[in-house]
This record gives sequence, structure tokens and C-alpha cells, in this order.
Amino acid sequence: MKNQSPVMEQRGSYRPSPPPAWKPRTDPAPLLPDARPYRVLGTESAAKADPALLLELYEQLVRGRRYNTQATALTRQGRLAVYPSSTGQEACEVAAALALEERDWLFPSYRDTLAAVARGLDPVQALTLLRGDWHTGYDPHEHRIAPLCTPLATQLPHAVGLAHAARLKGDDVVALAMVGDGGTSEGDFHEALNFAAVWKAPVVFLVQNNGFAISVPLAKQTAAPSLAHKAVGYGMPGRLVDGNDAAAAHDVLTEAVCRAREGGGPTLVEAVTYRIEAHTNADDATRYRRDTEVETWRAHDPIALLEGELTERGLLDDARRQGAKDAAEALAADLRERMNQDPVLDPMDLFTHVYAEQTTQLREQAAQLRAELEAEAER
Amino acid sequence: MTTVADKPSTTAVKPASMAQALQRALRDSLAADPSVHVMGEDVGPLGGVFRITDGLTKEFGEDRCTDTPLAEAGILGTAVGMAMYGLRPVVEMQFDAFAYPAFEQLISHVARMRNRTKGAMPLPITIRVPYGGGIGGVEHHSDSSEAYYMATPGLHVVTPATVADAYGLLRASIASDDPVVFLEPKRLYWSKDSWNPDAPASVEPIGRAVVRRTGRSATLITYGPSVPVCLEAAEAAREEGWELEVVDLRSLVPFDDATVCDSVRRTGRAVVVHESGGFGGPGSEIAARVTERCFHHLEAPVLRVAGFDIPYPPPMLERHHLPGVDRILDAVARLQWEGDS
Repeated sequence: MKNQSPVMEQRGSYRPSPPPAWKPRTDPAPLLPDARPYRVLGTESAAKADPALLLELYEQLVRGRRYNTQATALTRQGRLAVYPSSTGQEACEVAAALALEERDWLFPSYRDTLAAVARGLDPVQALTLLRGDWHTGYDPHEHRIAPLCTPLATQLPHAVGLAHAARLKGDDVVALAMVGDGGTSEGDFHEALNFAAVWKAPVVFLVQNNGFAISVPLAKQTAAPSLAHKAVGYGMPGRLVDGNDAAAAHDVLTEAVCRAREGGGPTLVEAVTYRIEAHTNADDATRYRRDTEVETWRAHDPIALLEGELTERGLLDDARRQGAKDAAEALAADLRERMNQDPVLDPMDLFTHVYAEQTTQLREQAAQLRAELEAEAER
Repeated sequence: MTTVADKPSTTAVKPASMAQALQRALRDSLAADPSVHVMGEDVGPLGGVFRITDGLTKEFGEDRCTDTPLAEAGILGTAVGMAMYGLRPVVEMQFDAFAYPAFEQLISHVARMRNRTKGAMPLPITIRVPYGGGIGGVEHHSDSSEAYYMATPGLHVVTPATVADAYGLLRASIASDDPVVFLEPKRLYWSKDSWNPDAPASVEPIGRAVVRRTGRSATLITYGPSVPVCLEAAEAAREEGWELEVVDLRSLVPFDDATVCDSVRRTGRAVVVHESGGFGGPGSEIAARVTERCFHHLEAPVLRVAGFDIPYPPPMLERHHLPGVDRILDAVARLQWEGDS
């Protein structure tokens, strides 16, 4: 602090009164993230990882990758209106789902249908929003998955409120909320983290830093040392993890979930990953990034990383590898078949769920639409 | 649906303010239902800047009446999550214009969640908003923001004008399984009426207008802070030979077409009165609805007496903006009376 004046020497009879006592409200040191993203695969800690867990992660990643390619294919066939792919980010998606207990809640963004599927949601229901036949294709209470959220970061305060409510009711339920690097610039990100820390809410914030908010790179999004550093300002720990290392992501998220469950409060996790595909099928990534950059990240592929580890330790034989592949193909075939059927829609549903009880005005408008539909049917 | 407000019984009735009735409604709701939670800025030991939550933290604890961080989007956003988990949050926005940061949560989530999830995830949230002018507030403390809320499907928009309604409508709003924007006319907070706080009247259902004063010459359609002004205008109109009927809407959404149209068909003339600006304001919708439904009964176009289409004025000029008795009577005079040339 070279610009700060030194404390004035006592001169004559003038005795300046000292300011009231001040001390930092929290020690910031334990909140700081590591200097580098935490890794397990390819490091010494890998030997300590549970083989059963690694195999489960592997099977989920293979399935997840196939889900991504199938969903993207469905956009080309006109069966999905749009698909924001999580190709390359499967480790984050799967780790988020697996870090939670059944009673916990997941708060996904629109790019996180895979996390919902990995948690047990029917892929067709997960894709309802993106097919366009309704906004949310599932009952959120069934798997405790909040509706896929489109307005960025606005689901984060919901996760905080739900976790807070669960604690007030005496339930040891944790909420895990997912957001992207772009979403951290939104006001709701700030307000959610602040409320969570003040309330010590059992919530985990997972930021998937995939490098881009559509076309805008992280450098134009923030000047923070890392997104994980933002945690310190709220008084919660920030954790930085290699988001393509499924074992590391699972470790960090599980630890944060346990900490939340035990009353330790919220954690902000930044998972460093990369969006291999364009923002959606409607986007053209060649306008804002080089193929060479994409290739660098393809070389750090989450499935290849885990497969390498499992092979080296002799945990993955050909039968197991084929089994994972077959399960993934089965998911894709089922998804293809069911998505190729036209959904049966009732336009009258448009009026059914606006209010608990339909207003007079909506009854009138529903009658108008019904008459139009009847006239259409007669033609 | 048309009901003339009952005269309250005179036994054990004493003057009570709207603020007291609102406080009592919150207290009774908290006592009746453990899932009700009050939250907002300064609602704790201070009791809110208008003292509506006075004593609630002391009586029900900090978990039931909670001082939140100062962030309206965060307050409403966390209330959404609490409602997802089965609680019934009652959120206080400190002033009309301070509710704007919460608009995204309100419009993108609160209003839509039931519809988005086909009824699986209703959000029973009450959002209390002190609104309107006439209290000498400086900038950002006197907005009439009801048109924004009315234009958002999925919300109920309710506003009381009397002490008894303040209690009954707030209880009904908190009990509603839909989100309710509960607009409290802040210049009526200290208005008093005969009301028995020990035996509050039964809870009024949301969505019913009430005829506050009967008359056969013309109908004044109004709500919230403009109701007493219209009643005063109706009294003054007797000198001109007009008997004005005053309809207090109480609920802007759902809108009680039946009560309004029943009155207008009888009187044949209507003026809509509100503080909110006229252009794109509630009166535009009301005048259109009345015209569409009562055209053959109308002797004159439906007129509007509204605030001017200007940013809310500084306090020393606000009296020129707010619809007053004279402006209302001027409008009534323009309703093409027999003998007019």
C-alpha cells in the first residue's frame, strides 16, 4: 500500500482518536481456490480412486457422449427445435448428478439435460423443452430436478431458497445448481451466492467454465483471477477443478455436497472445461474461435482421460468397454425411436395451468380457441 | 357477484388503521399455517419501514419473519425456491419502484412456474408492494406500477381500499395457491375505519369487485388509493344533481367484468379513475372491456381520469398529477348529459 499515508507521528497536544476496532469478518485464506485446477486422473491420487466409481463414471460418460451426438442428430432431422450440446463437458454433467443423493435437488440450465438424464430422468422428458411440445416435460418432484432454466443464473436463487427451506424444515437436503461462465456475470449469480453464504444454505454452485458465452470468451466476461475466486467475496470457499477429469470433478462436488449437508454452508466450484460444439446447432463457432484451439481440447477429452486411467490399471477389459458402448447405443436407439414419433398435443392445455382456477377471461378465450379448433376440424 | 359493502356491526368495533389490519392479517396467517414465511428488507426488529411487520419476528422468530440481504431479485428468487419446497413465502418489497430488480424473477419464473410444469409446481407466493403517491415521497417512492403486473399472465393483482379489505384480501392472497401481487396503497396505511380486530371479517375471495356507493347517473370505476377520492367526488357530485356509483375493483387480475358491467349497464356512463398514467395504463384495458361489453348501454364514451403520462413528479408538484375530485367531476361533466349541446 505505497499510496497510503503512514500513521501520523504524535505532534504537540493533538491526539487523533483511533477508529473503532476493526478486524476481518472471516479469514479469507481457507476460502481461496488452489492455484491450479485440481486433478485426479494421471496424478498420484488416481491410485486411491474407487475402481467401482471410476467404472460407473466411465459408463455414464460413454452414454452421455452418445446422448449428445444423438440429440444433435435429432436437430438435423427436425425432431428437436434446438440443442445446446454438452459434448466435451460430460464429466461435469455426470459428476454433478452422481454427487447427489436421491433426496437432493438438481437445478440445471438449458445445457444440462445430460445431468438430468444421468440422474435418472427419461431423455425424452428431458428434451421436451427443446422439442417444443411443452416447457418442462417432467414433474420436478419426481427426480427432484428443477425445470431446465433458460434465463441465465436465475435458477441459482431458487436453489438457495429450496436448500434454505429444507433446512428450516429439518431435512438434510442439498441443492446443486449449475451455471456457465457467462452466467457468472448476471446479477442473480451475485445475489444467489450472497444469500447462500449469509443463510449458510446447503447449496453447491457448479460453474462450468467452458470458455465461451455463445461467442464471447471468458476474458471479456471477467477480470477475476478465476471464477472460483469470486467465492471469497461472499465468504464461501471457492474450488477450482479440471472439469474434464470426471474423478476430480466427482471428488470436489461430493466433498462440497457433504460439507453443505453437515451444515458447513455453500461452496462455489469452478470446473474448467471446453464446449467442443458450437453454442447450439444454430450457431457458427468458426466465426469466433480457431479449430486449433478446439483440437487442443479434444486431446484432453474426458472419456479418453478416464479410459486411459482404467486401461492402465487393468480395470477395463474389452467386454466391459463393449458393454458401455452397447448401453449407450441402446439409449440412442430408444431416444431416436421415441423422438421420431409426433407428440400428441392438446391446444386446450394452453389455458389449463395458467392459474389454479381458470379466470372468466381465460374461460372465454379457451372457448374461442375451442370453436376455432372445431371449425378447423370440419374443414 | 354484485355486493354492496356491509356496514360493520358496531359491537366491539373501534377505529383501526389499514396498517394495523395488514399486520393482523400477516400475524393471523403466520399463526394459522406453519408454512407461511414473511421475508424482506427491514421486516425484522424494525417492523418494516411502514411497520406492517411490527412484532412478527419477536412473536414467530427470525426463521418465520426474516430480514434478508438488500436485493429484491434475490428475495423473490429465494422465495421461489422456498415455495418449490412447500413453503408459502410472503415477500415485502419496500417500495413500488424498488420492486423493479425483481421483475425478471417475477415475470420469467413466479408467473410461469405453474404453467411451465403443467400444474406440478405451483408457487403460492404473496408479493406485498406499497404503491402509489400522495405521501410526499421523493423520487422512486410513489410509483403506480400495477399495469406492469396486470400485463403478466399467471399473476393475480390485488389492491385493497378499506381497512376490512386490507385484512380479508391479504389473508386470501396468502392462502391462494397462485402468486399474488398485493398492492398496498401507502397513502391509505394510516386511514382509519371502524373494524373489530378481535373478530376480523371472513376472508373475501380474490376477484370480486364491490359497489362502494350506489347511484344511477354514472359509474366511477376505481381501486386502491383512488377509492376514497371517488367517494368524495360522488358526494360532491350531488350538488350538481349527479348520483355517482362507485365500483371498487379490489382485484385487477382476475378482473370482475360482471360487477363492472352490471353497474355500467344500469348507469350508461362510466369514468375510470386511477393514479397510474393513462397511456397503456389499467384504464385503457378497463375502458376497452366496458366498451366491448356495454356498448349499446352507453350514453357517452368511457372516459379515463388518470395520472399524467410523466415520470412521477417531485413531492412539491405531485398534487397536480394525482387525480382529484375536481378532475373527476370535470370528466363526469363531459359524459354527454341531456341538454348538452
